[in-house]
Amino acid sequence: MNIVVCLKQVPGTTEVKIDPKTNTLIRQGIKNIVNPFDTYALEEGVRLKERFTGKVTALSMGPPQAIEMLRDAISVGADDAILLSDVAFAGSDTWATAYTLGKAVEKIKTCDLVICGRQTIDGDTGQVGPELAEMLGVPFISYVSKVEEISSGVMCVHRMVEDGYETIEATLPAVITVVKEINTPRLPSLRGMTRAKSAQIPTWTAQDIGIEKEKAGLAGSATQVVKVFFPQRTHHAEMLKGDPETQVSALIEKLREAKLV
Amino acid sequence: MEYFLTEQQKTLKSLARRIAEERVLPVRAELDEKEEFPHAIMKDLADSDLFRIIIPEKYDGLGGGSLDLCLVVEELSRVCSAIAVSYAATALGAYAILLYGSEEQKKKYLPQIAGGKLAAFGLTEPTAGSDASNIKTTAQKTAEGYVLNGTKQFITNGGEADIYTIIALTDKTKGARGASAFIVEKGTPGFTFGKKEKKMGIRASSTRELIFRNCLVPAENLVSREGMGFIIVMRVLDYSRPGIGAQAVGIAQGALEAAVDYTRQRIQFGRPLISLPVVQYKLAEMALQTEAARALVYAVAKTVDSGAKSFTEEAAMAKVFASDVAMKVTTDAVQACGGAGYMRDYPVEKMMRDAKITQIYEGSNEVLRNAIAIELRKRKGKRE
Repeated sequence: MNIVVCLKQVPGTTEVKIDPKTNTLIRQGIKNIVNPFDTYALEEGVRLKERFTGKVTALSMGPPQAIEMLRDAISVGADDAILLSDVAFAGSDTWATAYTLGKAVEKIKTCDLVICGRQTIDGDTGQVGPELAEMLGVPFISYVSKVEEISSGVMCVHRMVEDGYETIEATLPAVITVVKEINTPRLPSLRGMTRAKSAQIPTWTAQDIGIEKEKAGLAGSATQVVKVFFPQRTHHAEMLKGDPETQVSALIEKLREAKLV
Repeated sequence: MEYFLTEQQKTLKSLARRIAEERVLPVRAELDEKEEFPHAIMKDLADSDLFRIIIPEKYDGLGGGSLDLCLVVEELSRVCSAIAVSYAATALGAYAILLYGSEEQKKKYLPQIAGGKLAAFGLTEPTAGSDASNIKTTAQKTAEGYVLNGTKQFITNGGEADIYTIIALTDKTKGARGASAFIVEKGTPGFTFGKKEKKMGIRASSTRELIFRNCLVPAENLVSREGMGFIIVMRVLDYSRPGIGAQAVGIAQGALEAAVDYTRQRIQFGRPLISLPVVQYKLAEMALQTEAARALVYAVAKTVDSGAKSFTEEAAMAKVFASDVAMKVTTDAVQACGGAGYMRDYPVEKMMRDAKITQIYEGSNEVLRNAIAIELRKRKGKRE
């Protein structure tokens, strides 16, 4: 079974600052990490390969330095990796990203399953996985917490929902996104690290995957970021005074006024 | 300090540190409290190929040497030496096969150890500690193989290991010259485990009795030949002692870091403890002792890796010096942390308890000082 795992480099913090002039993230001085949810996707890809045999390809769209993240992916079990990097990809929204990843998956040809993390910790949209499935014209299952079985071209998974899980079957090829409950990612191995060091990781450009420039990057993005801002924090608190009995009576009165009780 | 480590050595050191900090640190206090063997962490170490380090490449290993092993043991010990010793004891069990095993024995056992099966080394008995030649366990040769009878005591990884190297007498009349080494697999009929010891330190590691009652071991499991037992023991311990040195350096390093961390934060007399000269001198002394021990251990490990013929004296020095340093540094770390340091909420009291064993096992520091003196006498105190 051939598995493609999509990975993204994100800033290693949840407290990024926004440049008020350009409305983009200030990335200086912040170390990039692999999107944490993607590490579960990669681990599941490697585990499925170990269970059912096959091959895992790590795929990322990003700047040239994302190649180091792809080397790390090889050190924890990916067989090979491909970087999609081109100035034409810059400024991609989820649509243009999914389109670009889809074109790369089509070029890989023999892909039975694409695994993504449930969302990234920078964009937080969770849209790329489902959009990718739509563009490839294959089934999609989100929030996968367990892969029960894969046989005769059909996979059976648990999809996490609020109060439990659903058991869903889908034919392959398919796209799934996974939640962190699915596994505990392994640490790298010495042999994996040695393999990663010497691995040849190709970089594919827009031309390599047959993408017209107007469909990629900012030009191909359906959404434009107009403004990014933090909601203002406000503190409206009223302190109730008096002994406990008076306070409780006052509280009940307030709740009644607000029609909460 | 620049120790001229290779790229590969830097890689395995950083990987061992990552495992120690991500997987060991969150559970070390609980494992110590419950005296629970760290099965999950042993699996992490195996999955990361760390059990492959000293195994030659032709037996699925990485073909590394003593320094490689020391770097990993030191990093693990910096966080928890109970875990480090459970890892290192496997190397001790493996060395006998590695150095003296037949091609068939190597082919059968070394790939298993490389893959993460634990090994152990059984020498000590109730009547034979420092006086190792006084062992009573016997191996009687029969038509079917060797029949082992006797009890081994204080065996690290006892009960947890799958592969044991056992020293037993094949000829009682010859004393030490009548001892031989055998590979005994867990599950062999007649081979059972006795009391699990309750220890002062390294409590997450397993220390147990091995009991042999008419335990039949196939003749092909004899390592080398009859009578080679004590030559094997001496050589294996020469190889493993730098590892105990590394364990001690790791403990000292962990205690030093904890003491610096605490004394930077603890405010007394209106300022951090670390700004008081009496504390500064203590910390400085801890740092210089630890670094000196590290330099000696690495130098000895490099001597082993250079292919030196004999390094009994050097290996003993690395173990004795580093373990004495670990004991002193951890005791001082508890003192520097004061009342808090004495509490189990802080890691230094565990480090102090863990340090003690490094002065005792794999040759007590007294026996090893004696060994150093014997060598010193032989070479008339001179150095090339």
